[in-house]
Amino acid sequence: MWQNLREAYKDQNFELVTVGLDTLGAEGCRAFIEAANPGHPSLIDQHHVMADLFGVVNIPSSIWIDENGMIVRPAEAAPAPPKPDSAGVGGTNMGVPSEIPERMMQMMVEAAKIPNSQAAYHAALKDWVEKGSASEFAMSADKVIERSRPRNENSALGHAHFELASELEIRGEHDLAIQHFRQAHELVPDSWTFRRQAWSLEKVGDGPLARFWQGPNPENPDDWPYEGGWLEDIKREGAENYNEGFNP
Amino acid sequence: MLLSTLEVSKADFETGTGWQLKPEGACKGDICIPIPDSGADMVDVKSTAEAMNLPLVAAASANLWALGPESIGGKALVTAEAPELELPDVDGNLFKLSNLKGKRILVYAWAPY
Repeated sequence: MWQNLREAYKDQNFELVTVGLDTLGAEGCRAFIEAANPGHPSLIDQHHVMADLFGVVNIPSSIWIDENGMIVRPAEAAPAPPKPDSAGVGGTNMGVPSEIPERMMQMMVEAAKIPNSQAAYHAALKDWVEKGSASEFAMSADKVIERSRPRNENSALGHAHFELASELEIRGEHDLAIQHFRQAHELVPDSWTFRRQAWSLEKVGDGPLARFWQGPNPENPDDWPYEGGWLEDIKREGAENYNEGFNP
Repeated sequence: MLLSTLEVSKADFETGTGWQLKPEGACKGDICIPIPDSGADMVDVKSTAEAMNLPLVAAASANLWALGPESIGGKALVTAEAPELELPDVDGNLFKLSNLKGKRILVYAWAPY
């Protein structure tokens, strides 16, 4: 879908750059990238530098950069583009197979409650692609800084723990990695990406859903090394708070 | 940025942290932080991290450290100037975001989990 959007806008001096955030690197992302066969730059961010550099705390999210290399919208939730041949909203339920485990069903129910600013976001994007800096959705430099994510000394320290955890995981030091992931989660409580990444490395089963389980295995729940999980956390925090929605 | 030693080249420090080393100090956008020996070829990470208030965390094993980002002004961004983003594609070819200067860019972060 983003591929179609890129094709539609590319003759207006626009380019899409996608960045896959995954400790497992190219191998974690490859199947998705090969299926999409992108014509635009499609990059791999093994250590989540997008978090350090741009303040990305959740996915999918976007940053808009103008032709002078200035950020005009800092990291924010990026809803999927509308499907070209329907008036429908993105993220609708697309025929769920009946053998989906109960946990996955509950995750989908929660995901459906996440606010979706698809129409507002994509109207703003179209406006910016057409008008550039004259677009009302292109922010001033001061506003970009002000709207970027909060970061204090604790969360900066949490970023360092996350990067260390990610490298330790790559080196096969999984138990040590968990310790640093846990510190990152405690120090950067607003980062869903830091949590989702760590949870996704505790695979439950080996099927295609293994990385999406993101929580305790019902067969041995006491082995789960983290405080929460995707379903547990979204229920606690409220799906309506999962992202902030589009704020012009 | 990840480190296997606490003394790194200027270029590696700049790429890893996004801060440029100039005679007046470490700079990003309009902000410059005075650092010790900013003219030297090699950066002493420990003293520089202290001067810039960047967190430095050591792993319990091997020679491995992580240097975290700045937290100036309580925000993730200290400038609206886009930082250089240099990352590989799925085949390992490095790409620089600055190659696209002159275009409007949407950087889209996603994850396969």
